[in-house]
Amino acid sequence: MSDIQYKELNFTVNGKERSLMIDVRSSLLDVLRNELHLHSVKKGCEVGECGACTVLIDGEPYDSCIYLAIWAEGKDILTVEGLMGDDGSISDIQQAFIDEVAVQCGFCTPGLIMTAYSVLADGKRYTRDELRQKLAGNMCRCTGYHNIINAVEKTMLKRIEAAEAKNS
Amino acid sequence: MKYDIKKLYEAASLDEAISLLDEHPEAKIIAGGSDVLISIRGGELAGCTLVSIYGLDDLRGVTVDEDGTIRIGSLTSFTSIARNEIIMKYLPYLGEAAASVGGPQVRNIGTIGGNTCNGVTSADTASTLLALDAIIEVKGKDGYRRIPMKNWYIKAKVVDLKPTEVQTAILIPKESYQGYFGNYYKYSARHAMDIATCGCSVNVKLSDDKKTIEDVRIAYGVAGPVPLRAGTAEAAVKGRAVNLETLELFSEKVKDDINPRTSWRASKEFRTHLMTELARRCLTESISRSGGIFQ
Repeated sequence: MSDIQYKELNFTVNGKERSLMIDVRSSLLDVLRNELHLHSVKKGCEVGECGACTVLIDGEPYDSCIYLAIWAEGKDILTVEGLMGDDGSISDIQQAFIDEVAVQCGFCTPGLIMTAYSVLADGKRYTRDELRQKLAGNMCRCTGYHNIINAVEKTMLKRIEAAEAKNS
Repeated sequence: MKYDIKKLYEAASLDEAISLLDEHPEAKIIAGGSDVLISIRGGELAGCTLVSIYGLDDLRGVTVDEDGTIRIGSLTSFTSIARNEIIMKYLPYLGEAAASVGGPQVRNIGTIGGNTCNGVTSADTASTLLALDAIIEVKGKDGYRRIPMKNWYIKAKVVDLKPTEVQTAILIPKESYQGYFGNYYKYSARHAMDIATCGCSVNVKLSDDKKTIEDVRIAYGVAGPVPLRAGTAEAAVKGRAVNLETLELFSEKVKDDINPRTSWRASKEFRTHLMTELARRCLTESISRSGGIFQ
């Protein structure tokens, strides 16, 4: 088709500046998966209900399936791939998911990790109910919520403990 | 999969958006897209032409005008409204309504403008805005228009927005919120990621001695095809003492105003029951937040 509209998209993905031509009809999810091969970003419901495609845009969680890629111009995108340290190590929240067996089939895990990462970023203490509310946009079809909340809560407490030890 | 969009225009300014809409009368406005993109995917809007206003940052944020009017830019997200200091101070019940929408991701992308332009009765912020006598500001080819919220809804999914107009802000005049306390109750099967079976928003202004209801306003979502005020109930308790009989009368009188339907979510009978009960609970809570004294 000759009338496909293309547009140059300039944005930062996992700390790297990227520039690419995209079809304006693409969702951010499609660009991240198909153009940049960031396959941690899962395609689930495609209507903004399941949260499997959650990425952080300027630090806040969004469903990348219902976000037009053109809107990402100038924005800072973070996916699970971006949580890897220079030495290949994984982040504390990822390790907690392993330790707490918070992964069953694993399909919801990257989205949950990204939402949890944004929740934990403010260093505040939340109750389990508050954590549930904050993670309510991510579905786990294996229904393994208990261990997921355990992992997020333990990471939160560890970080608070570390911050307090540093300040005392 | 690409979205089935025939042509997409990105507006760089409000005026450009208006002229794009003028040039392409068939075009739909896309703000956050949490309604529009889903309708494209569902087929209802497949093959549409879009004018994106998402990039118009001038339409974001909450400010207070010189005369005390609270101005909420139409592109302000639910998250931003719920966290905003002006909202938390003067309109915490609007913050509650915004915080009850969908889940965190949807609240980041969804806008209050979209919530009022989609003309949907269950829209969580709409009933509170209606109960606040909010004013909708739109701009079109012929300049700005201000429409009282009570005249905004024409019928289900249709609002008073002309084809070349863009909603720019929602205004809450000072006399509409000063001295009022309120709350929003969303009744839904799940506590997140759900659409309201019924939404009820009440705000009340008590006399100085906190013993009399000087003014009360109540609006519902899902009590009819569009958000709806219960004027009979309001009139019945204005000037009455803060007591249990007033609560009872209020709750009884809403039946004269509401007209819920049976849908797969709930029956008419259940919704009617919910609405009378929520009127009572929301008025009780609003009175308690006002420091009211039950006689």
